[in-house]
Amino acid sequence: MNNDNIRELADAFRSLRLKRDLRIMEVCGTHTTEFFRTGVRDVFPEGLALIDGPGCPVCVTPNDYLDRAIEIARVHGVTVATFGDMVKVPSSYSSLAAEKAQGLHLEVVYSPLDALEFAAANPGIEVMFLSVGFETTAPTEAVAVQRARERNIGNFSILCGNKLTPPAVKALLDAGETRIDGFILPGHVSAIIGVEPWRFAADSYGKPGVVAGFEAYDLITATTTLVRLIEAKRYVVENGYARVVRDRGNPKAREIMYTVFEERDAHWRGIGIIPDSGLALRDAYADFDAWLRFPVEPPPAREHPGCRCGDLLRGLILPTDCGLFGTACTPENAVGPCMVSSEGPCSAYYKYGGL
Amino acid sequence: MCLAIPMTVKRIEGTRALAEAYGVEKYVDIVMTPDVAVGDKVIIHAGFVIERLDPESAREIEAAWDEYHRAMNDEKETGRPDGA
Ligand code: SF4
Repeated sequence: MNNDNIRELADAFRSLRLKRDLRIMEVCGTHTTEFFRTGVRDVFPEGLALIDGPGCPVCVTPNDYLDRAIEIARVHGVTVATFGDMVKVPSSYSSLAAEKAQGLHLEVVYSPLDALEFAAANPGIEVMFLSVGFETTAPTEAVAVQRARERNIGNFSILCGNKLTPPAVKALLDAGETRIDGFILPGHVSAIIGVEPWRFAADSYGKPGVVAGFEAYDLITATTTLVRLIEAKRYVVENGYARVVRDRGNPKAREIMYTVFEERDAHWRGIGIIPDSGLALRDAYADFDAWLRFPVEPPPAREHPGCRCGDLLRGLILPTDCGLFGTACTPENAVGPCMVSSEGPCSAYYKYGGL
Repeated sequence: MCLAIPMTVKRIEGTRALAEAYGVEKYVDIVMTPDVAVGDKVIIHAGFVIERLDPESAREIEAAWDEYHRAMNDEKETGRPDGA
């Protein structure tokens, strides 16, 4: 495949004739960005709308999570270790970046194992890792907890805010607030969970789906396949990323994840509580649970006035429909998480010029 | 956050591997994919190999692409619109 080939494929994609207007949702935040970055969004055929879903872990994390993290750091003096995406996210009253300016100890890491090593190297301080992420990330966080146990690193804990994606898709379909004709399904979440957990969308709701990779080729072919499935009323889920995603996913990764975590109801920004859509540490790993270890009573959470992240994550609006987009809310001065996270829909629309 | 990048395994040392992409080398954890071997292309997320790239499927893409290309050329020659 070279650039000429891709251009040809893009031309063919652009001239696809749809029988009727279609609305498809991309569930994954990385897809949100990649549809823009690769230019595939610019060559969408007429009548095909791509709507953003609840697929950015930072965006769907509600304010009360970050409020708690900050309160724990304030009250118990712990060092907060986190992926970089969380640093500038506004909490109800502050942000990690603002707290850092006030003296909060912040350690930005690339891997949960880096947070563990930091704890191992600094036995005198408590290190709390902000465990946020979907099925792709949860196994890596589970390994960090297992290693902490094996190596007896007692000053390491995690604040578990992990979430599972299929229950969120089901919640959107149950709510039925917006028309969705089919789904572009997340490639790296599916690398862990496989294709099977998505079949309910086709079987019970008549919504086809295609698991997609992240290159222009993947995005165009997956979207074309999805359009064809919808038009043919073929309610199936196909794997368009077979070079990475096995139908059964990665059983070893799931085994690790479910050894350390168990399913629990979780609170999603904009959506509310979704049954069995989150992960919590099992009792056997309670020693590493920052929720239990550092009791606090954070002030009541509040939403950012005017921010429509919640509507956005349910596929009801586009970022440009938010009155604050690009004016009061920009990546440098973000009002909501959807403008902060590199894969948040507002940040993607802002960066790539919107539509 | 689920961004993950392909790298090639250079060396294996216990539960970690030295992986390389575009001349950059780094250690990654292989506990989720214990059967990786030197030379495998792998997908890295947050310091872990989360899956191996299946060379068969990767080749299938190339094959599908060739086929698509042939069909497009046929279409140009015969005027049949069933190319893709
Ligand atoms: S543009 Fe800013 S305020 Fe509006 S929905 Fe997005 S993040 Fe929220």
